Amino acid sequence: MTQKLVVIGAGMASGRALEHLFDASPDAYDVTLFNAEPRGNYNRLMLSPVLAGDKTYEEIVTHDDAWYADNGVTCRFGEKVINIDRARKVVIGENGEVPYDKLVLGTGSNPFMIPLPGHDLKGVIPYRDLEDTETMMNLGKTPGSKAVVIGGGLLGLEAAAGMAAQGVDVTVVHIMGHLMERQLDEAAGYLLRKSLSEKGIKVLCKANSKQILGDEAGHVRALQLDDGTELPCDLLVMAVGIRPNTALAKAVDLEVNRGVIVNDQMVTSDPDILALGECVEHNGAIFGLVAPLYDQAKVVAKTLLGQDATFVNKEVSTKLKVTGCDLFSAGDFADGDDREDIVFRDPARGVYKRLILKGNRIIGAVMYGDTGDGAWFYNHIKDATDVADMRETLIFGPAFQGGASADPLAAVAALPDDAEICGCNGVCKGTIVTAIQGGATDLGAVRATTKASNSCGTCTGLVEQLLAATLGDDFVMPTAQCICGCTDLSHEDVRRLIKSQELKSQEAVWQELGWKTRNGCHVCRPAINYYLLADWPLEYQDDPQSRFVNERNHANIQKDGTFSVVPRMWGGLTTPDELRAIADAAEKYNVPTVKVTGGQRIDLLGVKKEDLPGIWYDLNQAGLVSGHAYSKGLRTVKTCVGKDHCRFGTQDSTGLGVKLEKLLWGSWTPHKVKLGISGCPRNCAEATCKDVGIVCVDSGYEVSVAGAAGMDVKETELLAKVATEAEAIEVTTAFIQIYRENAKYLDRGYKWVAKVGLDWVKQQVVDDLENRKALVDRFEISQSIYRKDPWAEHAKEPAKYAPLANLTLEAAE
Amino acid sequence: MSWIDIGHIEDIPLRGARIIKTPVGCVAIFRTDEAEVFAASDTCPHKGGPLSDGIVHGKSVTCPLHNWVFSLETGEAQGADEGQIATYPVRLENQRILIDGDAVGKRTAA
Ligand code: SRM
Ligand SMILES: Cc1cc2nc3c(=O)[nH]c(=O)nc-3n(C[C@H](O)[C@H](O)[C@H](O)COP(=O)(O)OP(=O)(O)OC[C@H]3O[C@@H](n4cnc5c(N)ncnc54)[C@H](O)[C@@H]3O)c2cc1C
Ligand code: SF4
Ligand code: FES
Repeated sequence: MTQKLVVIGAGMASGRALEHLFDASPDAYDVTLFNAEPRGNYNRLMLSPVLAGDKTYEEIVTHDDAWYADNGVTCRFGEKVINIDRARKVVIGENGEVPYDKLVLGTGSNPFMIPLPGHDLKGVIPYRDLEDTETMMNLGKTPGSKAVVIGGGLLGLEAAAGMAAQGVDVTVVHIMGHLMERQLDEAAGYLLRKSLSEKGIKVLCKANSKQILGDEAGHVRALQLDDGTELPCDLLVMAVGIRPNTALAKAVDLEVNRGVIVNDQMVTSDPDILALGECVEHNGAIFGLVAPLYDQAKVVAKTLLGQDATFVNKEVSTKLKVTGCDLFSAGDFADGDDREDIVFRDPARGVYKRLILKGNRIIGAVMYGDTGDGAWFYNHIKDATDVADMRETLIFGPAFQGGASADPLAAVAALPDDAEICGCNGVCKGTIVTAIQGGATDLGAVRATTKASNSCGTCTGLVEQLLAATLGDDFVMPTAQCICGCTDLSHEDVRRLIKSQELKSQEAVWQELGWKTRNGCHVCRPAINYYLLADWPLEYQDDPQSRFVNERNHANIQKDGTFSVVPRMWGGLTTPDELRAIADAAEKYNVPTVKVTGGQRIDLLGVKKEDLPGIWYDLNQAGLVSGHAYSKGLRTVKTCVGKDHCRFGTQDSTGLGVKLEKLLWGSWTPHKVKLGISGCPRNCAEATCKDVGIVCVDSGYEVSVAGAAGMDVKETELLAKVATEAEAIEVTTAFIQIYRENAKYLDRGYKWVAKVGLDWVKQQVVDDLENRKALVDRFEISQSIYRKDPWAEHAKEPAKYAPLANLTLEAAE
Repeated sequence: MSWIDIGHIEDIPLRGARIIKTPVGCVAIFRTDEAEVFAASDTCPHKGGPLSDGIVHGKSVTCPLHNWVFSLETGEAQGADEGQIATYPVRLENQRILIDGDAVGKRTAA
């Protein structure tokens, strides 16, 4: 006898289950199909291509009227099921009851809407069905429309790309540090963001939404972020996640946790009710992609026919359906221990691949740009293949024929012809390549014909690479010193490439310059962090985790793990109030040693890490700020008493020192920078062994640079003699900026000047007045960010300096 | 094993570390990725440097005092240096960090 089957929800999962059922036994059941949406089954995944204009709705319908008629399905579309009477075995729809022998729940999931103030305004929508898709498509019909998408996951990005394809101005707001963080690591997230930016989509990461603002008509007008930024929009799409749609199941007391609980046969806690799709929970897992739902559909069909079947949840893989963003991710690539990475990058093609191995098995794969081998890796993950034998060449995929490896010259080969190689002489890549092809086959010849690398010399490495790339085997590369094992490039190459390729994030450097490790090491990362913040002060955000201990903690670590605290004493001046505050702090925090330093200030040695925020706060109250005694940045400006007191003094050396220290403090430099200002040639401030030393004379100021008094002792060399204090300040600032922009990380001023030559420096900061001015301007831009007291900022977050937890205390109970 | 909740993943900066005090001494919790943490002794076997203050890269940390590099997976010193730090079972659940109380010498209250 034919039994009655009622199905609630005409979705991807239930549709597939019905197909299997009718294939196996067309007459076993008399089927009634309810669907809240006013239509039958269509391919929900393909809504994104419909949105982008690549497909029409008609093309994505999976079951049309004829199919339902042929299979004798009674369709109740546009009718929601409001209750189930399990005792009488009837389903109660909005338009009446239907009895069942077996019932299948396929109610899918509900998009999660963050309950921000304003989330119920008109024009705030999720992305789930055809109606949402049509709303977004309609927006594109009004020129100049703007949309904001909250959520940088799969759905949010497909919505963003689809609307952008319709001509809408789209901004994506994402709370995490990189896009699609559940499927991608930072490197792939970086590449994805880059591709989206190229499509004109703005992406804000680490952005927290605060509220949605509306106009008088109750329609969305803008999204406001935590930091106050307002993003104007005509439509706001929230794509932040889904929740299993369990309302009906809960109402009729089926067992429900996060989803409707089912066993391996897809049967709920009621033996006559089955469930499948995104509404279910199986062994603690819930679902958001179709692959496992199709496996569930097979099991549901068999269970309905009384046959044995078991659902097994397998690994899933993800692809993003956005043209031009080719990514693949599968398995587990984030959490856990005892794992190993294999990384491959080809910056020239924008390719990144990473495999995660545990023992001899691949457990995860992330790839961007070239995903052709995705399926092959995915199979190895699913089958847990032992890959010990192919480990060395695994990353190159199945087609690997042996021998090939990443081209170290790829970065320079990828530069366009008009990329500037030699900044000093304005020589671009095309000119150099032409010269090489014209017979300039060594560095000397290139210098002679093009002037490239003839001045400051920092582009020498790049010119050599161009020689190697152009001449091939005919050129033997002199061994340039690479930064560390993570790269083949030298410091100078990296600095030049960061500028010419406009690399503004660590991920950009790792990827575009082909780093061999995931995120550098203790040697390269502090250098890269410095180069990025020096070249892009406004765009790049300093990364404390890429700094050595002292700079991260804004204090010098001692051999016993305690720290020293040195407040600034501008130009060596102090006051009774400051001295009292220092004395009070020393007592309050039990500072074991108080010492006058060689830099004209006071060092409090032996402060415990967790006391740092407290002592900083106390010192701040008296107006004392960090002395940066720990930084690759401005240290002290040592002065002598000068003409106010000294019978030989010619100018106000103390005053000039204070002015310079107030101007320069807080700036980061390749290595530390110390200044000395003496009031006359007797030179009591020892100015002539500092990075910059100024000796005052009757007729003005002698500014000299490149001195040393540490591991090397060296007298400064005269940079310029100027008449006014203002000029002395300008020349000093310009010198420090040109050092900041060009020197290799950890080259002290004197070492760098020896490399580029004092003549070149003079030409840049003394003779070329326009350039001097430009250097000073760039220094000021950087200081608009960095001329701040780090102690004041860190004292606000004392928790960061305290232990995360204390397990030595016994519980109170 | 007895898992003890010691904090939220966001309490530790990405590629940074925080310490916890335990009966076996200071243990450093390192966050090497968005959702990847390791626990190991905070004390460098060379001259006692606080490893939680070192630079975290890949799945390793560099001691802030004299740059010894330790694998956070095995606790072994890398390269030419010889030494070993203790590592402890730690895992993430719903963004909470859990450490094995038995391994760090903490008997949990029943
Ligand atoms: C505190 C102080 C010694 C003192 O008690 O007087 C000092 C202490 C340290 N110096 Fe110094 N230097 C101090 C003045 C100097 C001076 C003299 C000066 O500035 O007039 C020099 C020679 C001038 C120079 O800089 O060339 C000096 C040359 C060095 C060097 C060698 C630099 C070089 O390039 O040759 C180092 C090592 C380094 O920086 O790599 C160093 C490194 C250090 C470190 C940071 C070592 C370290 O990495 O832990 C010491 C930190 C101790 C601590 O825990 O606080 N210190 N150091 C002085 C702090 C001055 C200040 O108020 O900021
Ligand atoms: C835009 C978009 C793109 C996607 N892209 C991909 C992709 O690329 N790859 C991938 O694997 N997955 C993708 N997904 C996810 C995939 O579409 C879902 O996993 C899948 O559709 C879930 O199927 P389902 O049958 O469980 O639910 P659904 O397909 O959502 O069907 C549930 C149906 O039940 C109806 N319903 C609910 N309650 C009732 C009730 N009380 N009475 C009557 N009817 C009811 C609903 O109206 C709905 O039509 C995408 C999803 C969206 C929205
Ligand atoms: S000379 Fe400087 S670095 Fe050496 S012990 Fe003294 S303070 Fe430390
Ligand atoms: S104390 Fe760690 S390397 Fe010396």
